[in-house]
Amino acid sequence: MRLAGRGLIDRSKPVAFEFDGARHSGFEGDTLASALLANGVRVMGRSFKYHRPRGVLSAGSEEPNALVTVGAGDAREPNVRATMQEIHEGLQAWSQNRWPSLGFDLMAVNDLAAPFLGAGFYYKTFMWPRSFWEKLYEPVIRRAAGLGALSGQAGGERYERAHAFCDLLVIGAGPAGLMAALVAGRAGADVILADEQARMGGRLLAETYEVDGQAGHLWADVVLAELDALPNVRRMGRTTVFGAYDGGTYGALERVLHHSGRRPRGAPVETYWTIVAKRAVLAAGAIERPVAFRNNDRPGIMTAGAVRAYVNRWGVSPGQSVAVFGNSDDAHRTARDLLAAGVHVPAVIDSREDAPESRDFELRRGAVVCDASGRRGLEAVTIRTAQGEERIAADALAVTGGWNPTVHLTCHMNARPVWRDDIACFVPQEGAVPGLRAAGACNGAFSTATCLREGAAAARAVLEELGRTVRDEPLPEAEDDPYRIAPLWAVSGKGRAWLDFQNDVTVKDVKQAAQENFRSVEHMKRYTTQGMATDQGKNSNVAALAVLADATGRGIPQTGTTTFRPPYSPVAIAALGAGAEGKGFRPERFATSHAASIERGAPMIEAGLWYRPSYFPRDGESDWRQSCDREVGYVREAVGVADVSTLGKIDIQGKDAAAFLDFVYSNMFSTLKVGRVRYGLMLREDGFVMDDGTTARLGEKHYLMTTTTAAAGEVMKHLEFVHQGLQPDWDVRFVSVTEQWAQFAVAGPKARELLDGILDAPLDAADWPFMSCGAVSVGGIAGRLFRISFSGEQGFEIAVPARYGAALFDILTDRAEALGGGPYGMEALNVLRIEKGFITHAEIHGRTTAFDIGMGRMVSAKKDCIGKTMSERPGLLEADRERLVGLKPINADGRMLAGAHLFREEDPPVRENGQGYVTSVCHSPMLGQMIGLGFLKGGSDRHGEIVKMWDGLRGVTTLCEVTGPVFFDPDGGRMRG
Amino acid sequence: MRIPCPLCGTRDRREFWYRGAAVDLERPAPDAGVEAWDDFVYLRENPAGPTRELWYHEGGCGAWLVVERDTVTHEIGRVALASEERS
Amino acid sequence: MVELVARTPCAGLLPLRVGAVLLDEVAPGALTSVSPYKGQAEALSKVLQAAHGMGFPAPSRATGDRQARAIWFGHGQAMLVGPAPDPALADHAALTDQSDAWAAVRLHGPGAEDVLARLVPVDLRAGSFPEGHSMRSLLFHMTASITRIEDGAFLILAFRSMAATLVHDLQTAMEAVAARG
Ligand SMILES: [Zn+2]
Repeated sequence: MRLAGRGLIDRSKPVAFEFDGARHSGFEGDTLASALLANGVRVMGRSFKYHRPRGVLSAGSEEPNALVTVGAGDAREPNVRATMQEIHEGLQAWSQNRWPSLGFDLMAVNDLAAPFLGAGFYYKTFMWPRSFWEKLYEPVIRRAAGLGALSGQAGGERYERAHAFCDLLVIGAGPAGLMAALVAGRAGADVILADEQARMGGRLLAETYEVDGQAGHLWADVVLAELDALPNVRRMGRTTVFGAYDGGTYGALERVLHHSGRRPRGAPVETYWTIVAKRAVLAAGAIERPVAFRNNDRPGIMTAGAVRAYVNRWGVSPGQSVAVFGNSDDAHRTARDLLAAGVHVPAVIDSREDAPESRDFELRRGAVVCDASGRRGLEAVTIRTAQGEERIAADALAVTGGWNPTVHLTCHMNARPVWRDDIACFVPQEGAVPGLRAAGACNGAFSTATCLREGAAAARAVLEELGRTVRDEPLPEAEDDPYRIAPLWAVSGKGRAWLDFQNDVTVKDVKQAAQENFRSVEHMKRYTTQGMATDQGKNSNVAALAVLADATGRGIPQTGTTTFRPPYSPVAIAALGAGAEGKGFRPERFATSHAASIERGAPMIEAGLWYRPSYFPRDGESDWRQSCDREVGYVREAVGVADVSTLGKIDIQGKDAAAFLDFVYSNMFSTLKVGRVRYGLMLREDGFVMDDGTTARLGEKHYLMTTTTAAAGEVMKHLEFVHQGLQPDWDVRFVSVTEQWAQFAVAGPKARELLDGILDAPLDAADWPFMSCGAVSVGGIAGRLFRISFSGEQGFEIAVPARYGAALFDILTDRAEALGGGPYGMEALNVLRIEKGFITHAEIHGRTTAFDIGMGRMVSAKKDCIGKTMSERPGLLEADRERLVGLKPINADGRMLAGAHLFREEDPPVRENGQGYVTSVCHSPMLGQMIGLGFLKGGSDRHGEIVKMWDGLRGVTTLCEVTGPVFFDPDGGRMRG
Repeated sequence: MRIPCPLCGTRDRREFWYRGAAVDLERPAPDAGVEAWDDFVYLRENPAGPTRELWYHEGGCGAWLVVERDTVTHEIGRVALASEERS
Repeated sequence: MVELVARTPCAGLLPLRVGAVLLDEVAPGALTSVSPYKGQAEALSKVLQAAHGMGFPAPSRATGDRQARAIWFGHGQAMLVGPAPDPALADHAALTDQSDAWAAVRLHGPGAEDVLARLVPVDLRAGSFPEGHSMRSLLFHMTASITRIEDGAFLILAFRSMAATLVHDLQTAMEAVAARG
């Protein structure tokens, strides 16, 4: 019911919206909850377990009942709190957790079965028979459970992440927060003022207090105008600071576009902010708690503070006749506000015997509400006094059980709040979050004047710590009423009295938990699910633990609270992961030949962040094997070209460069001649192989190391550690040049012929023996040439500055094709190396030693190196270790699979009989059959033996002959020739 | 968590890569014996309280840092360049 | 003789304008990594001053101007941007040509700071990051060097191979900033 002439809504701007398909109208400034109340809609949701009809309970982010789904299609968002959703033209909202409709919900049958559905019902009932769980119980329970549903489609809305920094973060823009921001802002500090509401002012917008001689909301507007004029103050409205983390880091969620139907291109609906603040002032206010009594969840029953907010801020009354029930002076204040707005107040029921008298309304002292009736909306309440019970007609009831300071953020770093008996609530522990101070209601200061005072004091303390001078300014005048409260958590009596509205936890459930010995508050929580819904029990946890304290005969501080964890209010996964979907998932690294590979139709495979071509299909080829075999043929018979730029390249210089390489490689590099290349093996300190690659000596004090594509980052980190951490005195400098050079393998019998055709000067064979390197010129551009081979053929790798990479790749592939060859991809590269027994990280996978891969002699005896001592452990040198072998099916059509295990021919394939495993397999065009590499106990001692390859997953068994790992050209004549 | 890099200033944890206890800096001599090497490679304390750790400023300057950190309070104490930390 | 045609890292991707923010590829000239040898930092700085007109930068700073800059590039390393390095530098430092290793882009216009605030976990507002400041950090998922140069513009260097992602990430942030108006 809209009240004439009241509220901060803009009545000149009507807004049309829909709820459950019905059209309604509100005004700019309305939330969905206030607008629905104004339209007489009282039932806004159904409870989780019993499907009870529910109305709105609160006017803030703590709302447990009025959860709705907003938007349609892939923009659908469930579990939106109607109290936080601003209405806008075209807004469509739907109620949840009901079927077929909000008015008639079949699952409400649960409510009739309530005697059987108390705490622990699921735990006790669905235990047996065990086989029923997966097939019957779980699917049924899952269907019945849950609130709103996701669309099932990929998200249609954009979210973003952002970072902000400030001297002072003020969390909450009520009187305390505004005052803190004002004092700090005037002193020139870099301030962020964040508030979860659309409009700043906090309770000043909901109450009728005056500040500095004017209406509270007007004072707030004046302060906000001043803050907006300060360049050092940033205001973040609609922004919930949801978590406090180490190092002054705060997580915050800004609702950027939910209040609008507009979606400009690229615009995020939400921004997940990481705010780093030197200091913070928590001015998050307090949350009012209801009192539990029988049927206290009837639509129309709401917190008194919410009633005042609807009346004063939104000009809405929740009913024609609003009764008030409470245990503090807030009940009286609520009645006065209602009366001032012209709303009938049939009675104020105050549990305190000594409550102050009032002539304005009918006051029942020492009385409680003990029942409520009206299933779809409150019709009457039953009150209990010393004289007995009495029914009072009312279509709404405002309830106050006191206020719980919003201590949540102060507990995110493991502190517990402190109980204060005088105001019957928990307050923050001082210093609970380094750099954060609590001020105002969240600190247990409940009058406007103390809020203003604490806000200013907190800002002053921060400014002093930051070394800023502060002027002493008088505080604005404001009410300073004492907070008089007599604790009242639950009204005794029969029937169900709700604590946690969202999860349907009643007083009886908590008592039952205590009875069944779930006495710890953490156990009670899990047994009853108290506080485990999306509202995390913001308005019910304290009452629940008070009931538990009573049931277990302990005090509230002895009972303690459950753990407060971030986020303070729900944060969509889409916001946390914003930007990381699609191409934002991780960087894509493209070699300079990328576009040419795509143009040739090459399927690209990921190698770390790099994209590399698998193979280059030709017309008429029906599967990858044909392409791969053809490309292997290029290299074996003519010439192939492959982009190898993705291998890590590290430029190493300095007078201790040689010593450094001797230390990080197992073999010697100080003895390498300038202009030569050597294969190197790098160990971890535990003696196992880390990586391998070739390193060229470009000058006396200048080397170029290559690493595998996969381990490039790891090796760089390792080299930096060895230098900075272990040998800081060595004069050696290194830097990655992976990105600087585009490098291409040119391999095959016609490799030299191809290169002679493009180099500015032809190669003199005598100058370019196997494992040599040097400078060359291509088209006038200075490049580098390395005579190395990963294919077993005569091979070169030519490098040019990356800007010329694309051009050189085109030239090389054209020339290769003219010579009967062409480009080859990763599949062919893999076949070529397996045929030659060259290892990759499939073999050096972290559990193999130099000895295991047959390179034991590469650990030089003449010097120390990383991993040397540990590699000499006897256990790592035993002959029956699993060592590298070649494997060849005894039948030419035998299948091999990487990952398969090896057994003696006669042994059953069980773990105890394991003899080893297969690491790499391919179809070898040269041998005309599959071949593989693997590790076998005893390794080279068993060449010629037949073993059984068994792949239990794919159901393949193949008898294989054990061979040396080199299948093709074992003496390497082709490579050196 | 934020770590004050002596070169870059205080930075978010995401820029750093964690290695482990700063024991890794005390590499024994090759002939120090099995026990010394076993300790060095495999044995680590797991204290609730102050620790000395190695972090790599991978997303920043590339410096290896020795970071004093309290595993109970998450408080970061002294941070030094590993290259200047050798005894 | 074959002819090799040069291609810039962001060819075909830039320039880009979204709202008031502009992103263009720059041709910075030569990029040379300069790592002073042990005990040579001061001597190097003098040679750098004599040859190229600027000293070796302190951590998180850049020296020089449009023609020649020295950008602090990390632990014991600076990037000489612009001129070919004077050979005398090699007596005091390891020099490595990196001219082709980095994509170089310039982000400028009102809102450029807001764009970077969406990607970089460091305060880049003029108050804490004025002209002449430089830093190594992450630009969303990739490592980058960011320097505030003349006219409030940012010079951003990122791996050449990641140029497409660099532009994608910046464009996404530019659109989000522009959409806020
Ligand atoms: Zn750093």
